[in-house]
Amino acid sequence: MKILRREYLGVLVLIAMPLMKTKADETPAARSIDFNREIRPILSESCFTCHGFDKNQRKAGLRLDSRDGLLGDRPQGAKPVVVPGHPEESELFDRIHSDDAELQMPPPGKGKALTPAQVQTIRLWIDQGAEWKGHWSYIKPVRPEIALGGKAGNPIDAFLSERWNEAGVKPSPEAPRNVLIRRLSFDLTGLPPTPAELHAFEADPRPDAYDRLVDRLLGSPRHGERMAAWWLDLVRFADTAGYHSDNPRNIWPYRDYVIDAFTRNLPFDRFTAEQIAGDLLPDADTRTRVGSGYNRLLQTTEEGGAQAKEYIAKYASDRVRNASTVWLGSTVGCAECHDHKYDPFRSKDFYRFAAFFADIDEASIGARERGMPVPTGPAAQSVADLDAEIARCKAGGGDAGQVAVLEAIKADLLRSQPTTLISRSATPRVTRILARGNWMDDSGEVVQPGLPSFLASSESESRPLNRLDLASWVTSRDNPLTARVYVNRLWKLCFGQGLSKILDDLGSQGEWPTHPHLLDWLAVEFMDSGWDSRHMIRLMVTSNAYKQASRISRDMAERDPYNRLIARQARFRLDAEMVRDNALAVSGLLVEKVGGPSVKPYQPEGYWDALNFPVRTWEADRGESQYRRGLYTFWQRTFPHPSLMSFDAPSREECTAERSRSNIPQQALALLNDPSYVEASRALAERIVAEGGPDMPSKMAWAFDVVLSRRPSADEARVVGALYEKHLGEFRQDQESAKSFLGVGQRSVTSGVGIDELAAWTSVARTILNLHESITRP
Amino acid sequence: MANDRDHLQIQRRAFLGQAARGVGSMALASLLNPQLTRAGADASSGKWAGVVHPLHRTPRAKRVIFLSMAGGPSHLETLDFKPELLKRDGQPMPESFTKGQPIAQLQGQQLKCLGPQHTFQKFGKSGQELCSLFPHLGAVSDEICIVRSLVTEAINHDPAHTFMNTGSTVSGRPSMGSWVTYGLGSESEDLPGFVVLTSTGRGGQNQPIASRQWHSGFLPSQFQGVQLRGKGDPVLYLTSPPGVTRERQGEVIRSINTLNAMGPMAEDDPEVATRIAQYEMAFRMQASVPGLMDLSGETKATLDMYGTPGADGSFAANCLLARRLAERGVRFIQLYHRDWDHHGGIKNDIKLKAEEVDRASAALITDLKQRGMLDETLIVWGGEFGRTPMAQGNGRDHHIKGFSMWLAGGGIKGGTSYGKTDDFGYAAVEDIVHVHDLHATLLNQLGVDHKRLVYRFQGRDFRLTDVSGRVVNEILA
Repeated sequence: MKILRREYLGVLVLIAMPLMKTKADETPAARSIDFNREIRPILSESCFTCHGFDKNQRKAGLRLDSRDGLLGDRPQGAKPVVVPGHPEESELFDRIHSDDAELQMPPPGKGKALTPAQVQTIRLWIDQGAEWKGHWSYIKPVRPEIALGGKAGNPIDAFLSERWNEAGVKPSPEAPRNVLIRRLSFDLTGLPPTPAELHAFEADPRPDAYDRLVDRLLGSPRHGERMAAWWLDLVRFADTAGYHSDNPRNIWPYRDYVIDAFTRNLPFDRFTAEQIAGDLLPDADTRTRVGSGYNRLLQTTEEGGAQAKEYIAKYASDRVRNASTVWLGSTVGCAECHDHKYDPFRSKDFYRFAAFFADIDEASIGARERGMPVPTGPAAQSVADLDAEIARCKAGGGDAGQVAVLEAIKADLLRSQPTTLISRSATPRVTRILARGNWMDDSGEVVQPGLPSFLASSESESRPLNRLDLASWVTSRDNPLTARVYVNRLWKLCFGQGLSKILDDLGSQGEWPTHPHLLDWLAVEFMDSGWDSRHMIRLMVTSNAYKQASRISRDMAERDPYNRLIARQARFRLDAEMVRDNALAVSGLLVEKVGGPSVKPYQPEGYWDALNFPVRTWEADRGESQYRRGLYTFWQRTFPHPSLMSFDAPSREECTAERSRSNIPQQALALLNDPSYVEASRALAERIVAEGGPDMPSKMAWAFDVVLSRRPSADEARVVGALYEKHLGEFRQDQESAKSFLGVGQRSVTSGVGIDELAAWTSVARTILNLHESITRP
Repeated sequence: MANDRDHLQIQRRAFLGQAARGVGSMALASLLNPQLTRAGADASSGKWAGVVHPLHRTPRAKRVIFLSMAGGPSHLETLDFKPELLKRDGQPMPESFTKGQPIAQLQGQQLKCLGPQHTFQKFGKSGQELCSLFPHLGAVSDEICIVRSLVTEAINHDPAHTFMNTGSTVSGRPSMGSWVTYGLGSESEDLPGFVVLTSTGRGGQNQPIASRQWHSGFLPSQFQGVQLRGKGDPVLYLTSPPGVTRERQGEVIRSINTLNAMGPMAEDDPEVATRIAQYEMAFRMQASVPGLMDLSGETKATLDMYGTPGADGSFAANCLLARRLAERGVRFIQLYHRDWDHHGGIKNDIKLKAEEVDRASAALITDLKQRGMLDETLIVWGGEFGRTPMAQGNGRDHHIKGFSMWLAGGGIKGGTSYGKTDDFGYAAVEDIVHVHDLHATLLNQLGVDHKRLVYRFQGRDFRLTDVSGRVVNEILA
């Protein structure tokens, strides 16, 4: 696999180097080497495993992951590792360009060999004075000067222009309005624009038409749903426990809490605190306690014969893996068995992190919990009224009997309400360092909650730290990671990939950002804005960069195939939920209701056959629950809905920072044959017939307008027309087939036209809904 | 940077080729993922050819058929005879064995020996010793290698399955079938490279099997296992809607592909070409999968040999389907029999299981051999763990310190056994084979060095064997 690995490195280096208009044969001597951009990735990849942070693996007592290790004093008689300005006197350079197998580093056969270009880069770096810097993401971001003196309106454009100028490329022109509104609607709400919205925007002469559109979309409850779908992947929200029998749990109110948080644009620091410690906040209430359900989202077991102690250890590490990935973009989970190989997380840091969650009251195995009642709708008001009344009685020294009666009424009312798992603090479990992660080993040191030691000090506190302290630190100025991690992920939502491409690891093995100043600027702006997510999204989508066309010129496809200069917009397939939502929206089937218990759209019979204890069958919902957005689909961890899964929806067993975007035959099968899509095609056909105007061309134009936000070309109209005529003729001869085709789905046919005509239009609608363009964010 | 140049070549070809001609597909789908370019992409056929090019060593097998006996078969009533345990039946289990060891449902209970519930006998020229309930397997015992020294790391079903399939108990890692198709690609034009079938038994403890067990984890979704089902659609969403004939479906797909090829994205976006190829593949699968599942062309002799009347969703029928999948070039075929969790009533339950799997597993070996395919097909039979020598009522509890599996074909030395447990069948004591070693051996037979099949995720090069794994050369022919 050496070749593959080298290639990958090669790509990293390519990306890391400024994309100047240099030819490969030009001497790179003039290039100035930045340690973090070019040297650290080489050392991390090829050297840190044996000369890094993990003291148990460290060879020859030599560290290359610290300034002291590279540039500090060495034992008597030993050659200095790096002598600034003098490669020949530097042991490091000696070793990496030696031909002697005894001396050569990395050792031959380890599969870590450096390329000649890498050796040359290290030589240059030493030549140029061997300036060392700490890892970029562990240094607190400071707001960089806006490039170009901030001449461009949006700072994002200023930072990007700087690189465009360096590389001698020009940004792409602005995309046409129909593309812009389509892109914005999917990115901000997860739904396509309606023709009315499209035409209003296209015709809007006001100079701030675009900004108005952005505001409208950001203010929509659909925006809260769209952002929630993204967040739920990170925190691994699902409706079932995960292990073995994978039974349902009561947790959907947490999903609604997330939707609400994004809809009301809850500041991210508060959002963080409510999830990690919503039960411990001074102003804790029902809503924040529902948010604290975050701590209960992990996989749990009911399997017979599970050993409590083993699962207590599993749950602890599950929580560390998740929280550290979600908020820190760090792979702290690697330190469960040993000190981290690449980043300065000690094994002790892992267990101290785990200890923050040791107070969470839960049964380790077996017992199912109902959770806290969450009064909704009118019941919420009644409970509030009762509480007020009880308080009044108590304050007035009212009679105890009356209070008891009121309490009983309230308890009765709550019993009928949905419940959700929340965090409750209890006496903390003892947390020990487990040598090699072995839960049976009781010899390890007992630890208290503590922050990663290289990032923060926990020692000065006079009381033990708790989850609230963790949350406060996570979103404090002292933490260099969270803001960067978050804005980098928002960037991905708006531009298709992160400024640092690896969204779940900003550590040493992560990627040096393509635009480090921009990333830092955004991170600081995010904190300065009061952790205002919506402000950041608005900033991104109102940049000129965002509005660029996504067309790739041949020249740029060669020069910047991965679009790391962002001199064009990205084009990518819609997320699974959006594929569903889009079909429901354009066919008019979508029920735009926010929240509530998870729903069950059609699912192939027998898909749950491999579930047991107990055996279960999926009963598709009837009525409006059948036509809800994808994010409300019941999420069975061991068998997620297959239609969503074919479009890369994850199982939500672990944190997913980035879904894969595959292009596989199962997607074609689902879009063609899943009854949800067949029914949507028919409903769309009914709309075409009813709303599409008097004749064939107008109907076709209407359909393209609704589904693709554009008009068909003459060629396209010919293809669609031919299909229509062919199938019209066939269904006329074969009315039985037409009837059964139109009978798919629960909604009855309401259209008054002949079934042959409707069936032929359904074939057309099915064709258009299956187009690559229909499921692509432009 | 030669590889990057290759890469650009591929992209350039996409431009010149134009989407409508369906060039490139898979190769082009992966343009944005450097780990999926280069070797894996066969631009001319549009097929995923795998990243291991050339193979790391001469392969001894082209494919794997993994017979997963879910629930954990008792090694003590199948492949590992323990006369000493028979003698001690009903006596306390010596504490020296069990003290401080992980234990599942017997936590806090008195531990007593339970002797083997069935007799064993020697079979074949090699004199392999098997439980007498498995005469058909006995008849092909000269083809199989019994490993009696397996150990694993998880004592509950769910994590143990995950460990057996992915080499880790943490969810989200790729399963072995995904690793293999990522590494080697598929030889089939119209079937997925990794196929899974499940079946149940007549007991009441059929194990739940999560789709995680055949998931591609952090590998791209194209390497996910596809489940073939005995009833309903054989592949999810395979059947066209009612009233839509194959011709009509074909016309719709042709229209979709034509429109995709002339649409505004076709000119500069290689994903469009991939999309077109995937619709073509889907249309082919709509014909090929029902053809695959249709056993009516099999002779009565063949059906009898496997012990199935036809496609009835049984383990026996699935074994026959496994042969048909192997013939069609599917790379990794995994069959689950879900009913091996015998906490109680093990004597009768094992008898039922033997009836359900003995004939069919043996038939698979015989059938492949007759067709000259056994040499190139590695068959593995076993569970996620074994069972305790200690009684749990009249059954046995989960056990991870020593259990058995058998392997056949694909360069395995037949008629041999490897490894030993102690006299009680408690712990593997000789030539211990860890699950990572099994994985290393399996990849080795396919021509892959397990240390070199890696994928970068969260900053680390992951592999199926984590940081260990030894090829068990001793069992190789």
